[in-house]
Formats: sequence, C-alpha cells, structure tokens
Amino acid sequence: MAAHAHTVKRYRGLMDWLTTVDHKKIGILYLIAGGLFFLVGGLEAVLIRIQLIKPMNDFVGADTFNQLITMHGTTMIFLAAMPMLFALMNAVIPLQIGARDVAFPFLNSLGFWTFFAGGVLLNISWFAGDIPDAGWTSYVPLAGPTYAGGHGVDYYLMGLQIAGIGTLLGGINFMATIINMRAPGMSFMRMPMFTWTIFITSALIVFAFPVLTVGLVALTFDRLFQANFFETGNGGNAVLWEHIFWVFGHPEVYILILPAFGVISEVVSTFSRKRLFGYSSMVFATVLIAFLGFMVWAHHMFTTGLGPVANGLFSIATMLIAVPTGVKIFNWLFTLWGGSISFTSASLFAIGFIPTFVMGGVTGVMLAVAPADFQYHDTYFVVAHFHYVIVGGLIFGIFSGLHYWWPKMFGRVLNEKLGKATFWTFFIGFHLTFFIQHFLGLIGMPRRVWTYLPGQGFDTMNAVSTVGAFLMGIGTIIFVVNVIVSSANKKPVADDPWEDGRSLEWSIPSPPPEYNFKQLPLVRSYDAWWNEKQKGNTEMPPAEPVGPIHMPSPSILPLIMSIGLFAAALGFMYDHLIVAIAGLVVTFGSMFCRSVFDDHGFHIEPEEQEKGVHA
Amino acid sequence: MMNRWRVLKRLLPLMAGMALLLSACGREDLSTLSPKGPVAQKQFDLMTLSISIMALVVVVVFAICIYVLIRFRRRKGDNTVPKQVEGNHTLEIIWTVVPIILLLILGVPTINTVFGLSKDYSKDPEAVQVTVTSHQYWWEFEYPEYGIKTAQELIVPTGRKIQFKLASGDVTHAFWIPSIGGKIDTNAGLGTTNKLYLEFPNEGVFRGKCAELCGPSHALMDFKAKAVNQASFDRWVAAMKEPVSMPADENVKAAFESKCLTCHAIGETNAGSAAPNLTGVGSRLTVGGILYNDEKSAEENLKDWIAHAQTIKPGNQMPDVSTNVKYGPGKGTTATGLTEEELDGIAKYLAGQKLEY
Repeated sequence: MAAHAHTVKRYRGLMDWLTTVDHKKIGILYLIAGGLFFLVGGLEAVLIRIQLIKPMNDFVGADTFNQLITMHGTTMIFLAAMPMLFALMNAVIPLQIGARDVAFPFLNSLGFWTFFAGGVLLNISWFAGDIPDAGWTSYVPLAGPTYAGGHGVDYYLMGLQIAGIGTLLGGINFMATIINMRAPGMSFMRMPMFTWTIFITSALIVFAFPVLTVGLVALTFDRLFQANFFETGNGGNAVLWEHIFWVFGHPEVYILILPAFGVISEVVSTFSRKRLFGYSSMVFATVLIAFLGFMVWAHHMFTTGLGPVANGLFSIATMLIAVPTGVKIFNWLFTLWGGSISFTSASLFAIGFIPTFVMGGVTGVMLAVAPADFQYHDTYFVVAHFHYVIVGGLIFGIFSGLHYWWPKMFGRVLNEKLGKATFWTFFIGFHLTFFIQHFLGLIGMPRRVWTYLPGQGFDTMNAVSTVGAFLMGIGTIIFVVNVIVSSANKKPVADDPWEDGRSLEWSIPSPPPEYNFKQLPLVRSYDAWWNEKQKGNTEMPPAEPVGPIHMPSPSILPLIMSIGLFAAALGFMYDHLIVAIAGLVVTFGSMFCRSVFDDHGFHIEPEEQEKGVHA
Repeated sequence: MMNRWRVLKRLLPLMAGMALLLSACGREDLSTLSPKGPVAQKQFDLMTLSISIMALVVVVVFAICIYVLIRFRRRKGDNTVPKQVEGNHTLEIIWTVVPIILLLILGVPTINTVFGLSKDYSKDPEAVQVTVTSHQYWWEFEYPEYGIKTAQELIVPTGRKIQFKLASGDVTHAFWIPSIGGKIDTNAGLGTTNKLYLEFPNEGVFRGKCAELCGPSHALMDFKAKAVNQASFDRWVAAMKEPVSMPADENVKAAFESKCLTCHAIGETNAGSAAPNLTGVGSRLTVGGILYNDEKSAEENLKDWIAHAQTIKPGNQMPDVSTNVKYGPGKGTTATGLTEEELDGIAKYLAGQKLEY
C-alpha cells in the first residue's frame, strides 16, 4: 500500500455517472443517450410517414415537414447511429483486445459529454421554435443567411460542431487504444474482426470529421459574420459546400457501416460455431473499402454538373467498392456454410442483415451508373437505397450487437422471445416501408416532398410504406419493453453466456470488474478464447503476475467543459457575447486546470481485487 | 400438369404482388420506366442492364443464404464442433474476379453514355436553345434566338435537339422531366451554369418536377413540357411576339398594372423576371404548375391562385389578396389588397390570354 499512496477516488449514484471515465460506463451512457435520440428520430420518421400517407395531406404542413426531415436525418446519423456504435465500441473494444481501459479515459468522457451537449443543443431548437429546415445535407444557398433567416440552421451548425468534437476525440482515442493497448500476443492479424473494423472506422473519423468541421465553421462564419464563403450573390460558391459536405459525407457512410460489418462477423462466427471464413481477406476488404470510400464522394453530385470526366471517373471508382463488399458477403455466407447455426435474436438480426444489405448494395451499384443516376438522383429510389444500407445494414447490426453483448454490458440476458418478436416486426416493417420506395422513385416521386398531388400513381405505395413505418415503430417499442423486462430479471449471467464465445470479452465476468482483467491475458492465436476452450482451459493464460492495478480518477471536468461549449454556442447564436465569452472561459479554464493540476489516479490492490470490485 | 399448377399456386401471392406493382407502374408522362425520348431511353437501357446484373447477384446470394440456413441449422442437442475452416483460395478468387467482370460489363456502356449524353449542341443551328432559370417555386424558360420568355410551360418542337442552359435565380433546384430524360441541378452564382440536351420525338405533354430541396413548396414546383410539331411551334413563337392588349375595364387595368405588373410581365410590358411571364397564361395547362385547368376552368384556378397563393404554394413570393401570410424566415409578403371586382376582372382577363398555335 505504501508504494502507491494515492487515495482511491470513487463517487456513488448520479455523481458516479457524471464523473466516470470507465469505458464500460461511458458505453452505457452512449447507449442511453443514443437510444433516446433514436426514439426522437424514430418519432420524427413516423410523423413524416403520416404526412405522406395520402396525397395533399395537411397533417403537418410544408414548414414543419422540412424541419422534420432535416432533424430526422441529422438526429439519426449523428445523434443516434454513431453514439450507439460508440456504445458498442466502448463496451467491447478494450475487452476484446485485453486492455484495462482505453488509451485516454479522460478524453473518452469528454467525447461523450461534448456529443451529448451538441445533441441537446440541436434538439432544443424544437423548443426555441427555430428549427433547421434545409435538409441534413444543409445545402447552400438554402441554408445560407439570405434564404434561411432565423436561427434554425445555426442550431444545426453549432450542435454538429460540438458533437463533432466528441466524435473526433473518440476516433483518436480508439485508434490509439487499438494500436497501443493490445494484450501481449495479440498481433494485428490476431485481432477480432470487430476490433479491426473499429480501428479502420476510427481512422476514417480522424480523416473525415475535420473536413466536416471546416465546412461547418465556414458556413457558421457566413451566417454570423457575413463571410461569403458560399453566398452566391457575393461571389461565394454553392458547389464548394457540396464538395466539402460529401468529402466528409461519403466516408461517413463507411464510418457507419464498417462497425456493423464487424458486429456481423462476430455474431455470424459465434452462432455458427465456426471460425470467420477468409479472415485475412476480410481485413484487406475492410481496409480497401475505407480507402476507396475517400475517392467516391462526387457520386452524390452527378447531377451538380461536374462534367463527363468527373462523372465517369467517380462512376467507376464507386463500382469498385462493390468488389471488397462482395468479398465480405460471401465470407459471411461461407462462415455459415458447414457451421452449426443457432437462431438467437442476435443471430437473426445478423442473418437478416446479409440479404438486406445485399439489396442496399446492389442499388448502390445501380446508382453508381452516372447516366442512370440522372433519373434516380433525389428521388425516393435514393431514399430507399440509403435506408437499406443504413437501417438494413447499420441498425440491424446495432440490434444484433446489442442482443449479443447485452449480457456483457449489463449482466442480464435480453429475453429471447421478445428479441425475436423485435426482429420479425422490425424486419418485416422495414422491408414493407422501404422496398416499395424504390418504385416510387422510379415512377417519378422526388424525395423531400412534403406532399404530392393525387393522380400520379403515388398514393397506394405511400400508404403501404406508412404502414411499414408503424410496424418498425412497434418493433422498437418491443425492444424497449425487452430492456425493461430484462433489467428486472436478477439472475446472474455466466462469463460466456452464449457458450460459443470466441474473443477475450467472454473470458471475464459479466459485467466485468472495473479493471476488466485481473491479469492481462496472453493471446496465443486468433479466436484466442475459443482456442483455449478447445484445449480444455477454463481461463486465459496470464501474461503477468497478480499485482496492484493502476486506475484513472473520475473527473467532473469533461461535463463542465461541455456545458461551457454549450453556453458559448447559444451566446454566439443569439449575439450575447458575454455569454459566449463566459462559456469559453469555463471550457478553457477547465482545460487549464486539467493541464496544471496533476492527477495520478489510484491503485487497486490485490486484496481488494479478491473482493471483486464490480463496475 | 398437376405439378405446374402447384407451382403456380405457390407463385400466386408473388404474382399478385407484382400485378399490384405493375398496375401502379406510374403515369406514362411521368415515369422513368416509360421513356418517351432517346435520352430517357438510353438511361432506361442502362437501368435495365444494371438491374439485370444485380438481380443475378441477388439471386445467387439469396440462394446460397437460404440453402445454408436450412442445411446447416443446429439440431436440438447437437453439440458437435464443426470443422474450423480458415478460407479457400479458389473460392475467394472466384468471388473477387466474377464481380470485376460484371462491373466491366456495366462500366463500359456507363462511360459511353456519360460522354454521349453530355454532348453540347449550343452551337448547333439545328438545335433549339432554351435558357432555364429556376426560382422559388417556378420555372422560367427563355428562347434567346426568338427573344421570348415564358414560364411554367416549356414549349418545344418535336424532332429537334433542345439544348438547355440552366441556372438558378435563388437557391439550388433541379430540372427534371422523368419520361424525357434525367435531371440536372440549376445552380446559383457565377461559373456554375449547367448544360443539358433533350429530345422530344413525339408530341405530347410531359410532367416536369423540381428535384432538389428548395424550400417549403419544393414539393409543388411542377412544370409541364409540351412538345408540338415544328409548324405549331413556329405559330407559338409568332403568337408570343404579338402585342398584348390591357384589360378593357379601367379599374381592372389600373389594378393589374399597379399590383401585378410590378413583378410580372405580359407581352412587351415589363421585361423583368421577378415573377412568371403571363403572356398566353390562359392557354397553359395549369395555373402555378399544379392547378389543372382541365379540372377547373382557367379562370377559377387563376382566381383561387391570386386570392390564396400562399396557401396553395407556401412561401412563394406572391402575396395573398388580403391576409399577410408569412411563410419561411424573412419571406414576409404584403397583401395585394385587390377588391373582389378587381380580382374577378384580372382572373377573367388573364384566362382570356390565349395563344393560337
């Protein structure tokens, strides 16, 4: 004890959650916040679909509709999908690589709170009555100061800038974690597939998010300080915004989908009791997709008028992505081939993912054909395509991952019956909503229309689509019920509840103690835990003797820094410079304190470890 | 025979679904699936080619998927550990090379068509030049060779290339006539003017739409493209150039000149383009692009439109008659303050503005 004379810092109750730097708790915070925003975005989606249930409906009206689609897109991408991925990353990655925490626990907490502050800021626009309405892509001039007065788009810009800080910090943190903190013996080519995809995703975040930030800052300057980056009337260029947005926007698609690929790889492999087929080609395909993902942004701009050379090049580049993606699909199918497939909720979502994502992928190749895209672009065909990829891909992946890792995160197993009910309602509802939208686009319905005239052949298909949306809503509600019901079940969960766990997270208790691994494990192969079990071992071989474990101290500073940024943003938007400066002082003051006053953390001694300190 | 029936019975729900889809296959004058011009036809051919290749991929994947799920499902109490396979080079090469070949089949015609459809006919004396300017929420069509301007209804001769030069007067819109050819954005600002050519081999009316979110009434920013034969087109051009008489009634004339012509133009009066040109508005198929003159008379539609422009197209620049409706930030409109008689008179006058062609 004497050697490590730092006091043990722990808080209880709410204060524990506000100050935690433990990746497992931050994962849960991400899940709760992302889940809430998912419900908000889902509600917006249902309102959108009710408005479109019949021609010339007047359920919400033109202005509200544009606000709904803008907030639905922005919320779902930045505040629901990405945080839920961050939830899984936080909950699983350190466990999968045999680490005690992420590389920068304080940054991790800061990342969560800035994301949350940005998300809340964006959503209080509903209460301020000034709601962004220029679409999630926020194309200028429509989003510029001339055509979007008021503060709606300001909420979008400020909210995303603050939330973006959190995302960027997360990307840096997980890159550093995966490079530096793998357990002894875990070479890159022994990393589980989910870890690989998160590693690549983190790299994508680090390269793509700064581009978005540049765009957002430039547009903010246009709106607040008449900077004229994009003001066409004063010599600015609106096409420039499209480029900036999509240079970020296309890699963003892969930021979203690669982690889902990772989840599917883990789940498919576990529930078919088979090693992932073609592991090294999977790794290579992931890297290739990420690389190509930066070279294809202009396929969102085929109709902008870039000319035939650009359109031709970007057509071909986009088509190329189909090759590594196809490799992945076939690898999953051949992982299942010859396996012993059990149909749990987690594996149902993963299996449902495969055909659904293939359908989203093939329409992607169709969209890559530039001349044909002249017909598809900005129609419901595109709406159908990206929902197949994002909902059918990413959201299925997240649901699969949640059912799979829930026992590890919470020490409770989700109810299988309710889980399967979630799957079937959500799956059927999803296809009912979006399959038909391909045809709506082909027969001439543009996207982002708040209503449509009767007699154009759109009526029946829109009504069917709305019914499907309700079914998806019911599926989501069943999942929420499942969470509540399961949390009431106090039955303890085994370390390896699926019994076929393959990676390190299944070798430790559910939920794990706050230090994760009492002794860091020695990794002797890919699928390390599975292979130890095959050799008859009941635990991982240790790579170090039992000893005191160093832990980072909890801190309230990340929360305070985020509140400072939140206040500063409101101050800038509403021209109260005092508030803006005060907010920035709070944030930078906290940074100063963090830099000047050292906090060495504390140690957990072996005696205390014996008592089993749980998270 | 029995067998075939059984198969048919099984396929019945599928066929019913397809029938439902086909019966709703869209309007001839609106759907991309019923191309009515060579541009849309080329795009449709590419769509067909890509969808056929992709259908093949989907069928293969679905077949393997279904087979695997049935064949390799875990039986109750089965605790055997399957053989752990690392991979298979032959298979992996197959599913890398086959997609590349499929993409080559798709890529070559793609590049061909990309360049084919980007041909520029602006110097071609055989082609008709049209300058398109988009506005929230209406379309302006100028024919620089003839010195005429119209709005909402594009009149083109059949059998000639129509070369468009497109730009926007305010925010980004997209010009799209699905059954004639794919869309292109209309950008605002210098240096981003776009070009596009289309062809209309047959006479007829085709529906056009705005395809880029441009504000509250984006959904209602429709226009019509009317293809007529060359003789009829020439008559239309001549009629557009004829002088237009003002309303006979002095009060109506005064109101029309002071309240309408401040923004609109008719005939030679007021060449500005702040609002749609009204020359020949009575013979257009619609008022405002969305009120169909075959459902109600042009006069009734014009009256509705002038009285309730903000309700019909929220956020457009045209003020209502009496109420001061505010739509969209910074888009406050003032009432026109027309009396009932003036409104009737103007609607009647405009409905009478018919062109013979």
